[in-house]
This record gives sequence, C-alpha cells and structure tokens, in this order.
Amino acid sequence: MLFRFISPKTSQKIMKTVFWASGILTIIILIIIIGYILLEGMKVINLEFLLSNPVDSGREGGIFPMIISSLYVTLISGLVAAPLGVGAAVYLTEYSREGHVIKLIRFGAETLASIPSIVFGLFGLSFFVVFLGLGWSVLSGGLVLALMALPTIFKVAEVSIDAVPESYREGSLALGSTKWQTVYRVVLPAAAPGITTGIILGMARSISEAAAILFAVGAAITVPISIFDPGRPLPLHLYIMATEGISLENAYGTAAVLVIIVLIITIVTNTLVERYQKKMMGR
Amino acid sequence: MNNRLEEYLIEKGLFITAISSIIIILLIITFIFIEGFPAIESYGVLNFVFGSTWAPLKGDFGVLTMIVGTLGITFLALAMAVPLSLLCAIFMAEIAPSSMRRILKPVIETLAGIPSVVYGFFGLIILVPFMREQFGGTGFSMLTASVILTVMILPTIISVTVDSLRSVPYEYKEASLALGSTQWQTIRNVIFPAALPGVITGIILGMGRAIGETLAVIMVAGNVTQFPTSVMDPVRALTSNIALEMGYATGIHYNALFGTAIVLFFMIMILLVAANYLHYKKKVVIGGGYL
Amino acid sequence: MNRIEVENLNVYFDEAHILKDVNIKIPNNTVTSLIGPSGCGKSTFIRTLNRMNDLISGFRKEGSIFLDGNEIYEPSVDVVELRKKVGMVFQKPNPFPKSIFDNVAYGLKVHGINDKDVVEERVEESLKSAALWEEVKDKLDKSAMGLSGGQQQRLCIARTIAIEPEVILMDEPCSALDPISTTKIEDLIHKLKKEYTIVIVTHNMQQATRVSKYTAFFLHGEIVESGRTEKLFMEPEDKRTEDYITGRFG
Repeated sequence: MLFRFISPKTSQKIMKTVFWASGILTIIILIIIIGYILLEGMKVINLEFLLSNPVDSGREGGIFPMIISSLYVTLISGLVAAPLGVGAAVYLTEYSREGHVIKLIRFGAETLASIPSIVFGLFGLSFFVVFLGLGWSVLSGGLVLALMALPTIFKVAEVSIDAVPESYREGSLALGSTKWQTVYRVVLPAAAPGITTGIILGMARSISEAAAILFAVGAAITVPISIFDPGRPLPLHLYIMATEGISLENAYGTAAVLVIIVLIITIVTNTLVERYQKKMMGR
Repeated sequence: MNNRLEEYLIEKGLFITAISSIIIILLIITFIFIEGFPAIESYGVLNFVFGSTWAPLKGDFGVLTMIVGTLGITFLALAMAVPLSLLCAIFMAEIAPSSMRRILKPVIETLAGIPSVVYGFFGLIILVPFMREQFGGTGFSMLTASVILTVMILPTIISVTVDSLRSVPYEYKEASLALGSTQWQTIRNVIFPAALPGVITGIILGMGRAIGETLAVIMVAGNVTQFPTSVMDPVRALTSNIALEMGYATGIHYNALFGTAIVLFFMIMILLVAANYLHYKKKVVIGGGYL
Repeated sequence: MNRIEVENLNVYFDEAHILKDVNIKIPNNTVTSLIGPSGCGKSTFIRTLNRMNDLISGFRKEGSIFLDGNEIYEPSVDVVELRKKVGMVFQKPNPFPKSIFDNVAYGLKVHGINDKDVVEERVEESLKSAALWEEVKDKLDKSAMGLSGGQQQRLCIARTIAIEPEVILMDEPCSALDPISTTKIEDLIHKLKKEYTIVIVTHNMQQATRVSKYTAFFLHGEIVESGRTEKLFMEPEDKRTEDYITGRFG
C-alpha cells in the first residue's frame, strides 16, 4: 500500500489537495460547457430568433415552431405523467402494506427509469404512431415522454409524501375524516412543494429529450396547431441542425435556449426545495 | 354517492395508477419483442448476437461490433468517471466547507440536467476538432464518445455516492477521529468501506446511463460497424445503430433494429438485477474492510 | 501533578454561551467525575479536551486548556497527535462495522504500526486490559456488531487503550448499558486508573462516588463546585450542589 511509506500527515495533505482539485475540476467542466454554449448562442438569440419561423429549413430565421412543439410535448407529458406518478406514490405510501405487489411496483418504476430512451423511441413508433394510429404528432411525442417522466415524478412524490409526519394523518383521521379526505386535504397539501418539484423534474426530462421522440413527432418545421400535428421540439431541432450541418449559428442559439431552460429549472427546483425544507423545519 | 363506495373506487383507481409502470413495461417488452423477434428468428439468435457483419442491404444482421462498441465506450467512460466522481463525492460529503457545497450541489444538478443533445453538440463542435488536432485521424472515436459520456455520468455517480457517504453513521467517523486518525485515514478505512455498496450501485446506474445514451454518442463516435483496434478508432453503439437507421429501414431490416433494442434491453436488465441484488445486501457488514 | 489544567474556559456554539469561566485541574492517574443535570455543559466540556468539538460548525472558545503544561488549542498543535494522547469512549458504543480484531487494531494501523506480531500482541493485551479477552478470544474475526452492548463498550475501551493514550475521556459510558455491564465497566475503570488519567461524565451520582476520587459539579455551563468526591457529596459547600445531590432537581 502506497500510503504506508508516507506519513499520515503528509497523505492527509496530499489527499485534501486531490479532493479539492476534483471538486473544482467538476465546476470547471460545467463552466466550460455552459459558458461556451451561452457565449456563442447569445450572439444569435434575440426576440426575433425566438419568435420567427425558420427559413430555408433552418439556415435562416428563428425557432418559434420548435418552442411551441417543445411546449406541446412537455405539457402533454406532464398532464399524463403527473396523475399517474402522484397516484402511484399515494397508493404506495398511504394505501398499501409492504408486500410482493409493492416490490413489483417499485421494481417496475426502477426498470422504467433505466430503459434507454431510444427503446422508448421504438416503442413510441410501434405503439402510439402505428398501433394506436396517432401518427407522427406532438401527441405521440408527448405520450412517449410521459412514460419517461413517470418514474421521476413517482419517485420524488413518494419521498415527499413519505416525509409528511404521521401525526398529521392521525389528527385528521381522529376527527372522523375518511382516508381519502385525509390524503386529499392534509397529506397532499403538506407534500405539495415536493410533488411540484417532482413534476418539474419529470417535465425537465421531457423538454430535454430527443432520442425518444425521434420516430414519434415527425420533424415538421411548421407550428403545430392541433395535438395531432407533427412538430420538432428544440432538442430534436438541435440534433438535426448539428448532424446535418445546416446552420452552426442557429444550432448554437437552440443549444443556448436549452441550457437557459435547464438553468431556470435548477434554480426553481432548488428554491422550492429550500422553502419546503424551511417549512418542515419550522414546524 | 356514499362514502364507502367512494373510498372503494378511489382506492381501486389509485391501484391502477400504481400498476401503470408495470403495464407500460409489459407493453414495451411485448411490442419490442413482437417487432424484433422475426429478425432474430430468421437470422438465428447466435448469428445475431455474435455475428460481426452488419450489412442490412445484404441481409447480414450481426450486432457484435456494436456490443463491443457500446461496452468499449462504457468502460472507458467509467475508467475516467469513477475516480473523478468518487473524489468529488467524498469532497462534497466530507471535506468541502458549506459554502463550497452550496456551489457544488447546483453544479451537479445542472450537469445532470443538460440535454444529451447539447452534450453531443458540444462534443461535435469542441471535442472532435480537439481530438483531431491532438491525436490525428477524424476525431470521431471511441475515446471522444467516452469523454462526453464521462461528463454525462459524473452527476449520477456523484449524487448516489454522496447519499451513501452521508448515510454512514456519524459515530463511526467520531470514533475514528477520537482514535487520532487523520481525516483521510477515517475516510479511507471507515467511511468509504461502509458506504461501498451504495457507491457500487451508483457506478452501476452510471453504467446504465452510458449504455443507454444515444444521440450524444452518435454525434461523436464515428458510427462505423467495425471492431476497434485502438481507442482512437470510430465505433458504433447499439443505441446509435437504431437511431441512425430507423429512418429508412423497412422489412427485415426494420425488425433487426428492434432486435438491437432487445439486446440493449437485456444488457440493462442484467445491470438492474445486479443493482437490486446489491441493494438488498446493503445492510451486510463488510468485515475487515481495509482497502 | 496535574495532567490537565483548564483556565477561564468559555465555549460558544454560534451565539449560545455553553461553558462559562470553567476552571479545573485534573490530576494524574486518578478518576475525575463530571456530574450535573442534562444540558449543563459537561459533555461539551469533555469534548473540548480532545478537540472533538472542532468538528461542529459554530464552535468557538476562549481561555486555555493545558495538557502536561502545553496549550492544546495552539495552532502548532497537531489535533491528530492530541487525540492519540487523549482517547475517548462515547455514550453509545460505536464499534466499526469490522471484525473484533480489526476494531482494536484500527488505531494501531492508522498510527503506522503494521508489524503483524506487534499488532496481535497489542490487540490481545488491550482486550485483556479491557476485561474482554476471555469472552472474545475465539471469535476475533467475527463482526463486532454481533457483541452485546456491554461487550461493545468494553471493545471501544480496548480500542482506545490499544494506542496507549495518557488520558481517557468517557462520556457517559454506561448510560446505554444494563446494570451488570455497568458493574463490569466500573471494575475496569478501577483497574485502568493505575495507568491512565480518566475523566468520566456521568449522570449517575452513585457511579461518581463509586469510581472517582475527584468530582466537579456542572450547572448551566459553570462549575459550581469541585473537589474530592467524598467531600463534595458529604459536605457540599454550595447550596445548589446540595440540592442536586439530594435529588431536589435534575
């Protein structure tokens, strides 16, 4: 063992330096990536870029239809996944006792979380697009993304519902409320900030995903009006712009928009979590 | 409606939401297998998995080069990401002053949140030219892909490791320091061994993310279906194969891409079972844990 | 000879003033008890003697603590060396999740003693000194987590004496133990005082009278009274001490 030949004091000093270096390196990596993309992207981003249609398949013009497509698929995924995820979390924490079914449900959520996004993509194509006949549309895309957001929402909701003190439930049940009244009026409001964070994180996963919707939303560069219209969400647009070498500037712009969205989401969820923790501590 | 009926219906409704994940997984498995099976059956399981030629136009569907590509990229990425993320996690959990922790936490979360296409784009624009200048060739290679993946799996391994380091009882740390150990001796001999099962789970999860990553890899790996002879050779991952060819595949070729997904699915399942096995063993004491 | 001398010690955690003007001298090779009601600062005090409070954020102190005439909070003092000299046994037994042997050998290894024969010898010696050897000699490679609470606490004492400290601090070492285990630990303390200076925090006044030569009574972060144990208990000078030992509060 190397450390045998070095005094404990020296190895402590060496390792402390190594640990600090690794922490700082991680921060530098992030700064380089984000900094570079924002620096290049901000040259392109202005109101016109955000609010105009692409011209000449994206060589010129803006990304308005992509923003709308992204909003569509993200909202659909949230609307579908949130009730399923929160419902499942409520069932597991409030209605079930430990048993095989519970283990199976947890394993199911874990498995769902680990399936590669491209496999979701294939499933979306064969199930939503072809089998259910929804075609290449923002609806198909949103539904595929809902499946991917589900485990995130479920997991975060479960943790925050679990953290609601037992005394709240007892207090409500002792007043003669039914179980559902207790859940609906006491438990869920108490867990609301955590659940909201879970839903935001789930939708964050949806808004940044491209591989899963590669074969589900189509790639239309027009603004989708109905949910059955095809679209091209931002990450997909970036992928196409970059790999087909259409326009580097507009690719930077799109990437910067995505990075800004991620930064906003991180700030919002952190504020929510902090406020939630303060509230729980305050009691 | 009376209360008891309402309660009954609500409970059943919630039960359905609870089993939705299982239903979805069964659906995914069913559809992937229905579509993928014809190709595997007609080409033969062994030929499909261990065949080294992928030439859809000639009817050759061997995915071995891509299995090698996926595993090569993954292990290379782990070799870089594991040391850095373990150091960084220990730093966050044990050493960093609270001001530094407050910076690192959102940094890790942001790294986790950046879309994979953005990583791929960054790799394509910055890393590929850099590799080309440094090492020659095209710049598209197994190494380039694994560098990008390293950054992508850092946050996964770090956050799981930090959690498991934090769950080590404070008493162990206190006892070790009271015996006159340095902080590093305490970390190395007491805290880290006690957190090891969690750390390994984190590494497995990172590995899962690396195996499943698609677009970021496509954008930098070169995507050639050949066995790499060095880390500077271009490779194609299983995921990339699907994304690259699905757009124009028809007939048995279409089925073969679903077959690729089946192979991918099995790889992920093996990891998942391993992670779960460790999870149940977590409470087991690691005796004599001198690293 | 006094091993430890504390002069005008004040301790704060952030704004809270935990210890106020504490002065005490702790003589060599004796047992000194610290008694007082919960929250009186006796545990905080004992943890300043091996600088374990350094781990807690917001800790701040004024005044001096001398070990063998040297100020232990001097910047030049190596905390690691200090803790090697001033060992500590905690309230709750806290063995590592390692084998019995490795628990005792741990301190030796971190201090660079790797010779197998030396380590084995010292482990055996320490376990014998801690009156645990007979009970564990056939299962040294078994996990320490399988021992009873009392055995675990004696293992922690063995682990501490293995590195041959000068002082052993014990922070309510029997509070989590049954009466029989408590008796065993007390017997052990009697044996150990020949070689070590022992400072023990206890909320059990009978225990203080049984094991210690000197006693200090803490209240609200101050030492109300200190001196020879029998004197403090038989003829206390301060009214508050009398009230406490006769059970009027606490």
